[in-house]
Amino acid sequence: MSDLAAPSAGERVFAETIAKDQRVEPRDWMPDGYRKTMIRQIAQHAHSEIIGMQPEGAWITRAPTLRRKAILLAKVQDEAGHGLYLYSAAETLGADRGDLTRRLIEGRQKYSSIFNYPTPTFADVGVIGWLVDGAAICNQVPLCRSSFGPYARAMIRICKEESFHQRQGYELLMTMMRGTPEQRAMVQEATNRWWWPSLMMFGPPDADSPNSAQSMAWKIKRHSNDELRQRFVDMSVPQAEALGVTLPDPELRWNAERGQHDFGEIDWVEFKKVIAGGGPLNEQRIAHRRRADEEGAWVREAAAAHAAKQAAAAHAAKQAAANQAAANTAAARPAAAERAAGRAEGRA
Amino acid sequence: MSEEIRHEWPLFEVFVRAKRGLNHVHVGSLRAADHEMALHHARDLYTRRNEGVSIWVVRSDDVVSSGPADKDAFFAPSGDKVYRHPTYYAIPDSVPHI
Repeated sequence: MSDLAAPSAGERVFAETIAKDQRVEPRDWMPDGYRKTMIRQIAQHAHSEIIGMQPEGAWITRAPTLRRKAILLAKVQDEAGHGLYLYSAAETLGADRGDLTRRLIEGRQKYSSIFNYPTPTFADVGVIGWLVDGAAICNQVPLCRSSFGPYARAMIRICKEESFHQRQGYELLMTMMRGTPEQRAMVQEATNRWWWPSLMMFGPPDADSPNSAQSMAWKIKRHSNDELRQRFVDMSVPQAEALGVTLPDPELRWNAERGQHDFGEIDWVEFKKVIAGGGPLNEQRIAHRRRADEEGAWVREAAAAHAAKQAAAAHAAKQAAANQAAANTAAARPAAAERAAGRAEGRA
Repeated sequence: MSEEIRHEWPLFEVFVRAKRGLNHVHVGSLRAADHEMALHHARDLYTRRNEGVSIWVVRSDDVVSSGPADKDAFFAPSGDKVYRHPTYYAIPDSVPHI
């Protein structure tokens, strides 16, 4: 690599793989930067799924019907599953799951800032499904073609399941909109709370996104932040209309010339504040994750101790059986020797 | 640190048979204390929506694989053996059923 004129065979194969739009697999040679970027992005994504269980998980015990409770349980279980698919992908690059969790708890790795906002009403559960999962789908569908194989494959599984998340949220909101004026007001208020943070989920504007160009060149990312954000706005406007809510942006309007919606300026100061840890619930989210990790430690240790004990017992049983077999063979040997001696005598 | 790592559960690779008549296919990995727990976790993690009728779990440590560097040594020899393919043999169109 020191000789710029002659790239190594690994570098050549990597460049070709990317150029031909093929997938990079875990044991292939890859630039250190690519490996680091992939681990960081996959871990951050996994952490987001895991922390993302909290805002809605808080409503499982308070869901208004058994049907909604079952749906919410399934959804939150999916989020856990998505986190685990992604940790599995990160481990193919040499990352260690336990170490990634420690990095999250110690604040050394980030997660999506959206999950630092509170969910004061059940309408928030619906709006998270509609807008937050909707934005996640916009982001994630192109990642199914991401250049790193295990990540792309995890994203395919995740995208299949996300669709249920968005639809259950929208259906929940439709149900509330058919309800009382108070329920309709709850939906509008929750929409007001989540609209702008949802737009922030696509990350900083392209001009202010230092890692984007490299990620696009490596085909980890397929579309720019602003491109995906625009797509999300255009998709959400008719959905809001059908639902009967107003999106809280006075500048939001159709631009016939562009064939897209214009929309207002995002509060990037708030975005940076939340990312830096100053959001409404950053501390609680991490404290909760830390508590779950600490309170579960004895279970993990007990399971490991039990497994070690079982393995030792199985090993001892196998050993004893082998010893017994050896003893049986040894016991049979003198008799055989005697018989042989008898035959010899007979011949004499 | 070493104490913590000792308590870390080992990694297992998971293979799922989607339906009868198909092979088990690799779907990902998970952490579990032992094989039995790995099977249960695999059920919860990889078959929440009828994705399978049977699961294999294998300790990742036990998987032996060819590496990218072995690619030529392993697979290049089959590249020049075109006579292993049926299309290598010219048979007149007039000959039926072949």
